[in-house]
Amino acid sequence: MTGQLIISGLTIGSIYAMLALAMSIIYKASEIPNFAQGDMGMISTYIAYMILVVHGWPFWMAFAGAMIFAVILGFLFEFLFIRRAKEPNILNLIIVTLGFQLFLYGMTGWRWGSDQRRLGMPFSETDTINVGGVVISHLGVATILTSIIIMVMLWFFLSRTKLGLAMKAVQQNPMAAEINGIPKDRILGISFAISSVIGAMAGMMIAPITTLDPNMMWDPLMKGFAAAVLGGMTSLPGAIIGGYLLGIIENLFGFYVSLEFKSVVAFLIIVLVLVFKPAGILGHHYVRKV
Amino acid sequence: MSALLQIKNIETYYGLVYALRGVSLNIEQGSITTILGNNGAGKTTILNSIAGLIDDQPEKGEIWFDGKKINGMKTVKIIGMGIGYAPEGRQIFNELTVKENLEMGAYSRSNRKEISDDIDKMFRYFPVLEERSKQLAGTLSGGEQQMLAISRALMSRPKMLMLDEPSLGLSPILVKEIFGIIKTINEDGVTILLVEQNANMALSIAHYGYILENGRFVTSGSSEKLRENDDVKEFYLGLKSETSVKGYQRYKRKKRWN
Repeated sequence: MTGQLIISGLTIGSIYAMLALAMSIIYKASEIPNFAQGDMGMISTYIAYMILVVHGWPFWMAFAGAMIFAVILGFLFEFLFIRRAKEPNILNLIIVTLGFQLFLYGMTGWRWGSDQRRLGMPFSETDTINVGGVVISHLGVATILTSIIIMVMLWFFLSRTKLGLAMKAVQQNPMAAEINGIPKDRILGISFAISSVIGAMAGMMIAPITTLDPNMMWDPLMKGFAAAVLGGMTSLPGAIIGGYLLGIIENLFGFYVSLEFKSVVAFLIIVLVLVFKPAGILGHHYVRKV
Repeated sequence: MSALLQIKNIETYYGLVYALRGVSLNIEQGSITTILGNNGAGKTTILNSIAGLIDDQPEKGEIWFDGKKINGMKTVKIIGMGIGYAPEGRQIFNELTVKENLEMGAYSRSNRKEISDDIDKMFRYFPVLEERSKQLAGTLSGGEQQMLAISRALMSRPKMLMLDEPSLGLSPILVKEIFGIIKTINEDGVTILLVEQNANMALSIAHYGYILENGRFVTSGSSEKLRENDDVKEFYLGLKSETSVKGYQRYKRKKRWN
């Protein structure tokens, strides 16, 4: 039974890991926790829904359409709102992300209503595969694989390409990046686009599990944020491990301790992290020496 | 020789602080020019104004580089015109390796072969960097970080290299070594603008010098001439012009600056 719980925890954990990853990328680049992340993914998922269900076009087109939309949305958000802030401080920018979240939420409600819809995926929720007594649905497998593919691609991008290296450089020292001719605004835009795509992937994987409605991302986003904090917020491997761990712990807690308080685990974990290891499991914590 | 960089009477504010109060400067192509001054005189502000790092500044005046007006342009564009900048405090990318730092210095270039040739050239200037090439830059010693900062600034093949206190916090032997290499870099054709507190070292390699006090140049000239100046001797080189009978000076010399 425990094995089964861990596998289904891993499935939901993959989604937390993706959202944690998306938030960490932007946090690393700009120190902003982007609270619009979830609804950016949600609205991209609606685009997929439009293409797939309303127009009846094939799944790959819906997927590609949602991803292209996510890239544009990420760039636009950075270009239109984040970049405009003169002498920005983090608090103001957080308010900007919250405002954008409300805007997207309102837009979705106005355009599609708050009905719960179904996003048909080519992976079945009911067909399962059985590995040594542990049962997992095709959709679960697809979710876990998606998260792993994203991680590998991201790792490759950050460590093997010039653009990825420039992104790390801007994250570490924006001023130094600028005086080396790296256009830091454009790099920040790319960071937003990448995390928007990852958020959209998470949205598409979570829509079939729950339902497609304007509220669907709020709970996963909070969990993803908790996972990112657990991982140290600035560490991408930390965010991934945090996501998987949170999914598994939450599931085990729900079965063995209390189903009603399952969702509270995430916040219990945040509190414990803040008390015992403020830097998170893999984050750096520079202690200021006097 | 013609002026590569021309600063025409710039005034720069840092918020409410009136940091540069009318500064004019000519840098000849192929020369080493040094700006000397105490803490807070505005040396770094001059470099930051040239690089366009201070928003909406300079308030007044013009900066011309290589025949084009550059004040008001974006930093990335200014750097792209051929200015390399090794800023105060090194500002290297701590969590990238030495080699990756150098590659980032060449961000605006795309010819892989030329970039790798230039990295080898940097390793010839500073052999210790080659030994450390796979190491994270944050783990280097202060002197090595300074060498990395200079090399990184050179990776864009700049016409002019701006150095902000390369001697800061380094041992005298290391300072000598680095200044020797700065001279070599200059002989290889790069014009150098050197900001320093270590007047002795700076005047020993520079062709021209400017003395900055409270946001204004108080005197300038060839480095030989500056070394002969009584005020420079007293306040920057630490040579006493008069000694009293008892062996200590009881008054401070009044600065005259001419």
